Amino acid sequence: MTQAVARHEPSPAVPDHPLEDLIRSDRIPHIWCPGCGIGTAFAATLSAMKACGLDLATMCMVSGIGCSGRAAGYVKLDSFHTTHGRAIPFATGLKLGNPKLNVVVFSGDGDLFAIGGNHFIHAARRNIPLTVICLNNLNYGMTGGQAAATTPYLARTTTTPAGNHEAPFNLPLLAWAAGASFVARWTILHIRELTECIQKAFLKNGFSFIEVLGPCPINYGRRNKEKPLQTLKLYQEQTIIRNHADPSDLEIDFKKKVVLGEFVDKERSTCIENYDKTCRLM
Amino acid sequence: MTGDEACAEGALAAGCRFFGGYPITPATEIAEHMSERLPEVGGTFIQMEDEIAAMASVLGAAWAGQKSMTATSGPGFSLMMENIGLAACTETPCVVVNVQRAGPSTGLPTMGAQADMMQVRWGSHGDYEIIALAPASAQEIFYQTITAFNLSERYRTPVFIMTDEIIGHMSEKVVIPAADQIRTEDRPKPQGRKDRFLLYKPGPNGVAPMPAAGEGYNVHVTGLTHDEKGYPVMSIEAQEQMMARIRNKILDNRDDIILTEGHELDDAEIVIVSYGISARTSMAAMQQARAMGLKVGFLRLITIWPFAERQIRELAQRVKAFITVEINLGQIHLEVTRAAAGQAACHLVGHHGGAIISPDKVLAAIKEVV
Repeated sequence: MTQAVARHEPSPAVPDHPLEDLIRSDRIPHIWCPGCGIGTAFAATLSAMKACGLDLATMCMVSGIGCSGRAAGYVKLDSFHTTHGRAIPFATGLKLGNPKLNVVVFSGDGDLFAIGGNHFIHAARRNIPLTVICLNNLNYGMTGGQAAATTPYLARTTTTPAGNHEAPFNLPLLAWAAGASFVARWTILHIRELTECIQKAFLKNGFSFIEVLGPCPINYGRRNKEKPLQTLKLYQEQTIIRNHADPSDLEIDFKKKVVLGEFVDKERSTCIENYDKTCRLM
Repeated sequence: MTGDEACAEGALAAGCRFFGGYPITPATEIAEHMSERLPEVGGTFIQMEDEIAAMASVLGAAWAGQKSMTATSGPGFSLMMENIGLAACTETPCVVVNVQRAGPSTGLPTMGAQADMMQVRWGSHGDYEIIALAPASAQEIFYQTITAFNLSERYRTPVFIMTDEIIGHMSEKVVIPAADQIRTEDRPKPQGRKDRFLLYKPGPNGVAPMPAAGEGYNVHVTGLTHDEKGYPVMSIEAQEQMMARIRNKILDNRDDIILTEGHELDDAEIVIVSYGISARTSMAAMQQARAMGLKVGFLRLITIWPFAERQIRELAQRVKAFITVEINLGQIHLEVTRAAAGQAACHLVGHHGGAIISPDKVLAAIKEVV
């Protein structure tokens, strides 16, 4: 009689990571820097995937290029690391090609809102059922800390050595204006609220957008005299939770209070429902 | 029907069920026809916000398991290039139609050309191989679109149909055969243990089977240099292996891929080489030359890329000269010259773009070469 080889039993003293089944452990260590916020937002996304009750076999992750864009490389799901800025149109094709898939786009602010900004507003307008999670670290981290479309006024980056002379996007306002069905903002410090919010977004039938503020101590913090812990303190002390706040009140200025919460949660028929209704009439 | 409509019907017959497009003259009619026909067959049409998005959506739909396509012309083709590279790198089957108009830039939107023949070959950065076909009539566009889908599924590669404004907009008789007369191919699906599946491990013909998202393989697809599992590997060795795979699956199967058509080649001293709309005027010129007793043959390139190098090389051993006829200033002419390798003289009858090349012009060149 042959005996099955004993499988690795997790020792009670060192339990397996609770998200191990969703992580490509063979790709660890990851590339994210110490103090980076992406891992926390990524973990919240994976926790929400497990908790939301959807069949994990139907879940896909699509990313663009950048630090956050590497997320798709670490999730043990069908995962797509696409071209810079094009995660959303790729995800649009994936979803329309098989509407049974649950597609989450996980990418950064530079990828989704500068080079990919056009795609974001059109996917929101169409109300394509996608969950878009944007890790906003206020700069381009992967390339060493250049100014982004989200960099605050007067903030220092490698391409704004004298301070940023441009105004940043208010991302929830943009999402709301473009027609998103669900819009929220949290920081990586608000991990419980964030996880529950992502869970809600997964179950939303429509275009959902969650902005997650996360620190980039190496590239952004260092140049703006913000120590890693100070950024987290700002997230704690300089934020206020106000659900259904007016989207035009959501600028990020840590000298004042930065508003977090769920701002939009509305029902609107999706692009797929409307296509079936208007084009498939036989 | 027009060449553009024949293209759309060919795509449907091939099993295409997703079209992501953006309007552009002279390719718009393909999108219009697909927008009407796709929902009738259970497919999906979407007009994206630009050609970059259109190409990205086509790749997404391909990974959802659909045969997918887009159609465009010069400026849109330029915008699609980065995601065409992603398709080549991630071995994603898809079909892209370029109904060529004169360029560069906005050029002559309503007037034909064949000047994107090198762009289709080299337009995205890096070394890679693609397949490009050049049909010469509406009927042939119908069939070549089916062939394009079959090749893209067989070789997991983007396949291009390089038509032009002239055949795209020309109305001609097109016979659509019964469905059981049309041979369609589907990408090979993986078998065996899902947890041990390698997304880029080549099968017998050098091509890896391809699952769709949602089938439980947990694939990772990246435009970074990757190993057979699909994982990014930043090394010279991984780059070499990946490049060899994506190139060799085309180059090693050239005999299966390349289609040419020879006319009066047996005793020919001069061979006209042409493709697409220019093949039709070249054919007329050849017939006129023959009627005058001149020993002229004609090689029609149906597959442009990979290039019919062997066919040209063999002819070069026994003919006096080649005359390449194309509505550009010598893109394929230079390929013919390269393949002929000094064994036969190579001449060009080119055009700056905007009109067909008349048989008279080709005949005049023949007389000059004789």
